[in-house]
Amino acid sequence: MARFRVNGVEQELDIEPDMPLLWALRDELGLKGTKFGCGVAACGACTVQVNGNPVRSCVTPVSAIEGSDVTTIEGLATNVGGITAVQQAWIDHQVPQCGYCQSGMIMAVSALLETNPSPSDADIDGAITNVCRCGTYPRIRRAIKSLTATA
Amino acid sequence: MTISRRRFILGTTVVGGGLLIGYASTRPSKHSIANRDAGDQPYLTTWLRISPDNTVTVIVPHSEMGQGILTSLPMMAADELDADWDKVHVEQAPATDLFANGVLVKGFVESMGVTVPSFLNGVAASGAMKIAEIMNMQITGGSSSVRFTGEQGMRVAGAAAREMLIKAAAVRLDVPESELSTSLSFVHHSTSGRSLSYGELASDAAGFEPTSAPKLKDPKDFTLMGKPIARIDIPSKVDGTARYGIDAELPGMLYAAVRTSPVFGNKLLSVNADAALQRRGVVKVIELDNAVAVVADNYWRAKQALAALNIHFEETANNKVSTQSIYAQFDEALQGELSKDVEEGDAPAALKSAQTVVEATYRVPYLAHAAMEPMNCTVHFHNGKCDVWTGTQDNLGIRGRVAKIADMNENDVTMHAFYLGGGFGRRLPTDTNTIDQATLIAKQFDVPVKTVWSREDDIQQDYYRPAVTSKFRGGFDANNQLIAWENHYIGKNEPAEAAHTPYAIPNKHIAYALSETHVPFGAWRSVAHSQHTFFLESFVDELAHRSGQNPYQFRLNMLADKPRHSAVLKAAAERAGWERNLAPGRAQGIALQESFGSIVAQVAEVSISETGQVRVHRVTCAIDCGRSINPDTVAAQAESGVIFGLTAALYGEITIDQGRVMQNNFTDYEMVTLQDSPEIDIVAVESGESLGGMGEPATPPIAAAVANAVYILTGQRVRELPLKNYRFTAVPNESAV
Repeated sequence: MARFRVNGVEQELDIEPDMPLLWALRDELGLKGTKFGCGVAACGACTVQVNGNPVRSCVTPVSAIEGSDVTTIEGLATNVGGITAVQQAWIDHQVPQCGYCQSGMIMAVSALLETNPSPSDADIDGAITNVCRCGTYPRIRRAIKSLTATA
Repeated sequence: MTISRRRFILGTTVVGGGLLIGYASTRPSKHSIANRDAGDQPYLTTWLRISPDNTVTVIVPHSEMGQGILTSLPMMAADELDADWDKVHVEQAPATDLFANGVLVKGFVESMGVTVPSFLNGVAASGAMKIAEIMNMQITGGSSSVRFTGEQGMRVAGAAAREMLIKAAAVRLDVPESELSTSLSFVHHSTSGRSLSYGELASDAAGFEPTSAPKLKDPKDFTLMGKPIARIDIPSKVDGTARYGIDAELPGMLYAAVRTSPVFGNKLLSVNADAALQRRGVVKVIELDNAVAVVADNYWRAKQALAALNIHFEETANNKVSTQSIYAQFDEALQGELSKDVEEGDAPAALKSAQTVVEATYRVPYLAHAAMEPMNCTVHFHNGKCDVWTGTQDNLGIRGRVAKIADMNENDVTMHAFYLGGGFGRRLPTDTNTIDQATLIAKQFDVPVKTVWSREDDIQQDYYRPAVTSKFRGGFDANNQLIAWENHYIGKNEPAEAAHTPYAIPNKHIAYALSETHVPFGAWRSVAHSQHTFFLESFVDELAHRSGQNPYQFRLNMLADKPRHSAVLKAAAERAGWERNLAPGRAQGIALQESFGSIVAQVAEVSISETGQVRVHRVTCAIDCGRSINPDTVAAQAESGVIFGLTAALYGEITIDQGRVMQNNFTDYEMVTLQDSPEIDIVAVESGESLGGMGEPATPPIAAAVANAVYILTGQRVRELPLKNYRFTAVPNESAV
């Protein structure tokens, strides 16, 4: 049995200990906001937060997060039906194009700003290594900067 | 470019007290008659629906893959209608014949004087589809949705509906039509101060025959077109609720993982299924012609079981093919018989008489699309019918393909549309290997089966941007004037004009050789422009430097009769501060190309890192797409196109060894990320000419712009991509011009 919390809800799943968290979320719990992109932690589309830290769920076996708190894009905003400042900045700067990578981007950026509210360009480059094939990077940078400017 | 204004109204009708209106460029015989009476399928013939609650619904017959089409097309209809944007809803058109893209196809045919839209030539040439089938497509590609469906469909439907609403209001208020005006979904009679909402008038309006050529707005009267309207799909893409094909979830569904012969064209010999069947959750192992599929109750379980299998594929002559053998084959083909592309003047004679002849050979490798959403398709066969859940660039085309593979009637196949996690050409109906497999796998079940490809499958089983070799000779006369241009390259281009330069050169000889390989190929964002703009704009740059001329001025001098091209080139150079006040260690390169009806010039500001790698700091991108429908979307597509092209220039390389692709994943098929993403400055040059496309035209110029700057920094002319394969040394070269 794998036991962990997802977006504040206790989960107990009869799954293999080596099943990556990504597939437990998507195929066992039906949380489709977290995306499969590469399966080898190279693109970040599957980024979720485990105890507040950004984690690439496609290579994280559920055994490694036993008892942890997992936050997915569905649970990022704590106000019901609302969105976070990061998500609002993504709308204000019209960041997403195809949008497929953006759950992972937003989870990674949210974790970064939580620990480093005023990241430098180098901090951003070092922390946000997610791939966006549509090339929304200039807008991602602008959106992050808009959040740090008001912080 | 002139586009015929012939259009026909498919029909108007009253459903639930509302007005429905739709247009196509040809009257589709039986369908319009049949569906005018089909009250239970109210929007089949329409693009616009006005409801009694005063909302307007615009039905969009294209796929949203990040290009903003679900916003731009409704803007065009709503603007002509004078609708209140806050009361406009958008729906994706169902995949039925009535939304086949006749307008788009005719737009291509009429504007380019060809019989088949050029980006579909691959389809036609393959013999897989007849013209009739092509006319029945719902394609999103060729940077075409706004300029054809939008200009000829959406705007006309909106304008016609507005005229009908005015007619209805004139009767209702008993005033002349000339005294009525419209705004924000109301018809106003200013002298009496009375107003009626579109919703109140919709039912009456449906009783009027729409005119076949409603008056379209003058651009100065636009209320929505030209404004940076927020995209309607974005909110769902920041909270995780946007759904892509890979997210399809159905009761009782199973998941399939597939291993296909890594060597293209080779068949499956044998597989022992035992190792997989003993594993948890595994339901079945299926042998396909060239692949093995494991079906399980969870995708990860299917994938794990697949990895445990011992699979044998046949070996054929294909196993001997490598990138080197392909390039050798290309070189040999270029020595043989060539087919004419362009013949102007007498280039061979001019080259003979030339004072100086410059020669160069360029190459680019195969590229994979690598859309972020891995390829997938969910299929459910039940009671002689079939449902398909997948994101495609052509729902109708894919419907036809599934029906063909399953040997069913198309009308028994229902498509469920999704957002696309990237298209870039990979999800066109020419590229159906995933769809085919998913259909054959699901055919063995009566529950839905979702086939998902791994990233490795995606990289190794793509329809690749073709590798191309291109040889040039340029000749200057005694006055240092470029008098001859000779270009021989591999492959027949799509679009046909991809190897044409806009520059005035009196003698041109452009020809190609066909050289087939076993590597599957397909349309990749900007299609043949992606290779040829690198070749053309690099070689033009070589010619400038070899003749001692400034590469910007050299181009400008040859564009005297191309005012739009000149204006765009100038705009890019001026905004970028061409060769002025550059930081030490930096240089600029410039490149220009017209594609898909838009003209784009880019200036790249580049340096060489301590490790000899290229670093692109800033890209200035000037665009003339006629005029912008949604300027923010135009900018977004330009940014996207630059980065897509930059990834190819810096990193993009699919190599072949022993008949198979050597790259696996983003670890060895690298992408530009935030850290190497340049600042991008967009300059809109609004010429007011016919609309050009925007999905692709920003991709072609960037590779040459960067490589041309690298030449100034290093003295080394880059004639093969990608740039990651070089270790450059920056040389201070004050004399470089």
